[in-house]
Amino acid sequence: MPVVNWLKRHLVVIAGLVTLAYLLLPNVIVTVFSFNKPKGRFNYQWQQFSTDAWKDPCGVADMCGSLSISLQIAFWATIGATLLGTMIAFALVRYRFRARGTVNSLIFLPMAMPEVVMAASLLTLFLNLGAQLGFWTILIAHIMFCLSFVVVAVKARVMSMDPRLEQAAQDLYAGPAQTFLRVTLPIAAPGIAAGALLSFALSFDDFIITNFNAGSTVTFPMFVWGSAQRGTPVQINVIGTAMFLVAVLLVLTSMVISNRRNRQKA
Amino acid sequence: MTTDNSGDVRLSGISKTYGSFTAVHPLELTVPQGSFFALLGASGCGKTTTLRMIAGLEEPSSGTVHLGDQEVTHLPPYKRPVNTVFQSYALFPHLDIFENVAFGLRRRGIKSVKKQVEDMLELVQLGEQARKKPHQLSGGQQQRVAVARALINTPKVLLLDEPLGALDLKLRRQMQLELKRIQTEVGITFIHVTHDQEEAMTMADTVAVMNAGRVEQLGSPTDLYENPNTTFVANFLGTSNLIEAEVDSKSGDDIVLRAGGGKLVLPESRCGAPTTTGGKVLVGVRPEKISLTHADDAGEIAENRNRITGKIADSSFIGVSTQYVIDSPVCPEFEVYAQNIDRDARLVPGAEVVLHWNPAHTFGLDAAQDIDAGVAEVEEEAA
Repeated sequence: MPVVNWLKRHLVVIAGLVTLAYLLLPNVIVTVFSFNKPKGRFNYQWQQFSTDAWKDPCGVADMCGSLSISLQIAFWATIGATLLGTMIAFALVRYRFRARGTVNSLIFLPMAMPEVVMAASLLTLFLNLGAQLGFWTILIAHIMFCLSFVVVAVKARVMSMDPRLEQAAQDLYAGPAQTFLRVTLPIAAPGIAAGALLSFALSFDDFIITNFNAGSTVTFPMFVWGSAQRGTPVQINVIGTAMFLVAVLLVLTSMVISNRRNRQKA
Repeated sequence: MTTDNSGDVRLSGISKTYGSFTAVHPLELTVPQGSFFALLGASGCGKTTTLRMIAGLEEPSSGTVHLGDQEVTHLPPYKRPVNTVFQSYALFPHLDIFENVAFGLRRRGIKSVKKQVEDMLELVQLGEQARKKPHQLSGGQQQRVAVARALINTPKVLLLDEPLGALDLKLRRQMQLELKRIQTEVGITFIHVTHDQEEAMTMADTVAVMNAGRVEQLGSPTDLYENPNTTFVANFLGTSNLIEAEVDSKSGDDIVLRAGGGKLVLPESRCGAPTTTGGKVLVGVRPEKISLTHADDAGEIAENRNRITGKIADSSFIGVSTQYVIDSPVCPEFEVYAQNIDRDARLVPGAEVVLHWNPAHTFGLDAAQDIDAGVAEVEEEAA
């Protein structure tokens, strides 16, 4: 009976831990296998511990090139989508114009449509326009599908913003530019940041749309997929682990900063 | 000119229409420098729109706004020497209290703000809270921050848009006195928008009662209360008993009226309506001006008082006074507030009574108006 009681009391915690483990298991596997020294070309079976891959992350031909292309595309797609998306979100919330309802629903389309369909229709568009497939077509495609996520994130934030805050700023001698920089933007910032982070993540690991519209350009997800046909170098695990660590580190830093700030205030 | 009039607010013919809806009908209003002025009315009466036109947050459809001798009608809000305390305060959530208060000074390019901000926070007793964020403060404290943030700019005019609406009753009373004290101390013109008649009467020197986009009446609180010009003012400010009566004759400065079977006397100077013999007027009297005497003692009532007979329908004891509802032939629900000085044990529901009052406390209104105007709004507020 005491066992049952103990279980009852801690059921929520246990369920939480199990879910967390389930979520993190793939990351753990990736990390563990980044220290593997596989026999043959496939890194699917544990052989022995080694730091070879970590010492030479770019040791595989073309991999770091594709990584760099992916990072560049993700960076510019984030900038483009965040800028455009923020402006669209403000327009949709603040102004009443004729096509407002239509735009509002069209924005959701890229989120709802199957990626393959979107990829294929984009390819048709680019071919008809005679555009050369490559870096720029990928970037355009990425900005397009990241846009809706930014709009959704920023819109939620702008909608919950009291319009009287901007009026108060104007009342306190802030002109339109000052009002935007000192009040509107800082308050909308969490929404914009969330949109930007989502964009970066979505763009960086997109495969389907990229694969259709890349031409001869190879991004990191394409490289991973391609190499998986012939063999999986340990370096892929190294890059994956490194990305994961960077993300965790960013989250932890922001948590520490906001904690410290709150403690100063109290 | 010898007197400083730079804090005068003059509205001439300003109006505001939204499509076919007129929020404010052309309005003439002058608020003299240094006064505490209240715009009083139910929600939707145009009082906030009027305030926002003074602040520059709303463009008037017609007319002009002057501050002192300067016309500001088309100046944007950030170029007007007025500041606003917003309903729900509109404190900047991302800035701490210090930066909220310093906002106006910084935007005008003033570098050393520390001393001024600290002094202002002292004035509103929030020196300790300077580094907190607005959401960490209580409603009353946030309200004081909003006042400090506006006052630090020493505006010509301070506009207050229902600043106490979100506070509980006790805190509201306290803040009313506090605001009045601050106004007296700084001597700035305050224009205060409220739907709370008690708040307007406690704080303001002059009150403008607004209804459906128009100013119904403007005057000092006592003047409005004692001499209402319209049924709306009579009912919205406190409670009035209104009786329809017919003009019988005139004697000297008084008008003699017939109501039901009896006669009532109304001083001509207190009647705002045309009085031709045989015409109708509404006779009003405030519940606390009326004395209640048991019908058995009717003979003891002085001869020159207005009197009405009736039967007590209901009485409620509320400590300092007892409120009676009297059923009388001239008015089914006559309200009487009696001070509990000497309570007559016979005055219980069902007792026959005589209501009587000094004719000088009677006021006369035009009978062509809705007798219940302003009543519904009061009930809504209480609900």
